[in-house]
Amino acid sequence: MKAIISVIGTDKIGIIAKVTTILSEQSVNILDISQTIMQDYFTMIMAVDLSNMTCGFNELKKLLEKTGTDMDLSIKIQHQAIFDAMHNIEYGSDQHE
Amino acid sequence: MNKYGSVLETIQMIEKEKLDIRTITMGISLQDCADANSLKSCEKIYDKITTYAERLVEEGERLENEYGIPIINKRIAVTPISLVAQASEATSYVDYAKTLDRAANAVGVNFIGGFSALVHKGYSKGDRILINSIPEALAETERVCSSVNIGSTKAGINMDAVKDMGEIVKKAAYLTRNQDSIGCAKLVIFANSVEDNPFMAGAYHGIGEPEAVINVGVSGPGVVKSALEKIKGQSFDQVAETIKRTAFKITRAGQLIGHEAADRLNVPFGILDLSLAPTPEVGDSVARILEEIGLERCGCHGTTAALAMLNDAVKKGGIMASSHVGGLSGAFIPVSEDEGMIEAVKQGSLTFDKLEAMTCVCSVGLDMIAIPGDTPASTISAIIADEAAIGVINQKTTAVRIIPVHGKGLGEEVVFGGLLGQAPIMKVSSFSSEKFINRGGRIPAPVHSFKN
Repeated sequence: MKAIISVIGTDKIGIIAKVTTILSEQSVNILDISQTIMQDYFTMIMAVDLSNMTCGFNELKKLLEKTGTDMDLSIKIQHQAIFDAMHNIEYGSDQHE
Repeated sequence: MNKYGSVLETIQMIEKEKLDIRTITMGISLQDCADANSLKSCEKIYDKITTYAERLVEEGERLENEYGIPIINKRIAVTPISLVAQASEATSYVDYAKTLDRAANAVGVNFIGGFSALVHKGYSKGDRILINSIPEALAETERVCSSVNIGSTKAGINMDAVKDMGEIVKKAAYLTRNQDSIGCAKLVIFANSVEDNPFMAGAYHGIGEPEAVINVGVSGPGVVKSALEKIKGQSFDQVAETIKRTAFKITRAGQLIGHEAADRLNVPFGILDLSLAPTPEVGDSVARILEEIGLERCGCHGTTAALAMLNDAVKKGGIMASSHVGGLSGAFIPVSEDEGMIEAVKQGSLTFDKLEAMTCVCSVGLDMIAIPGDTPASTISAIIADEAAIGVINQKTTAVRIIPVHGKGLGEEVVFGGLLGQAPIMKVSSFSSEKFINRGGRIPAPVHSFKN
């Protein structure tokens, strides 16, 4: 299963380090990272592969959310299919994973 | 837009513009629960619902978590109880309603629909008992919703039923007088009702439906409004195009969740009901979309045209996005459940008559309208007849969900709370329709019913 992690908030040192550490500890493979500053907000979007993840989806979600709370950021993880479905016209109605 | 722009757009739609899956509704057939002994029948009904829907809420919450999109309601619709119960000796179906309520409570859904009867051409034995049981059933249960179909394009309008329903609405209002007549908020009177509607209070599991099915209703008035904010002053072609594109995206989200839910619950996916269904929250209003299109206040001249275009564009965008669009797809215009509509009524811009005109082009009808408690039953029946005529002649679904608030009059307000919202009491005609309603009989089907 592939997922999208989004991190939005005020820029500060160590955001990427914190998030990637959690991911590596749970054997989550990062496929792509895009990071930019949008309207003074730090915005990072990661595509990740959860196939070899060592914890459950909910635990990973909680770990990320906790880091988000600690660093005053919004960190979300969502199944990639929702983005494909909404924005990709080729995404067939029966092709969901 | 690049890939990450799309990701941010989706997040914004969900976080800021309140895009949501409004409801996952499991339809369950109770046809095999009929029994000559009503106790046994109720037992079968309870067992069947709690077995099929055991994991409905749990799986719904799991999907919500994984996909990050809110799923507001998990609900159940069952075979119209009049069909199931009439095999029994029971002379009141209140116990059936209580059974549904218990089952809904056991599986954790907030509403269960199907305390219903279809009487567009006439009453069978069970229909009559069911309709007579409605006021008490709604007063003594919390989660049961009821609907009655009193007309269709093929059959015309059953004016005996119209007359009865005026009285039933009044009784339901009286029996729930301690809660601002909330019983009426759980009762819909339809013409041309659809059998795969996931939206309460009118949902039931039609007899043409499979054993069990998952129907999904999506909604996102806020998303449409926000998309229109970006094209201020542009032509209607652009407005329609923008609504279509937005509706497509909203529908895709629903299609995905619907399929996923059906797979996980091991029942077939039925339909996606693409509707702009408001909530009383700010930023989730259909009225505000109409105002964004250019009306100073919902209800002013131009409102019907704007609503017609909105309804049509929503359907056009949604139809390509899902393989099975059904239900009531379009725009809902309930008064108490829409912050912009409530405001428009309070400001005097939106009147009862304008609402009726709007129902000619919206997806349902006169919905969640509070009227004075002393309105005669015959006036309520006449309102139902008018609305049914609009549906029957125009081959569309129409409905009435009206609340004569016991003990309250013009200038007062009712507050139901939650999704049902609040409503200022609206003025209805003070002239009598009694002789009209007392005629009874059936208004014949319109000439265009002969399409074979």
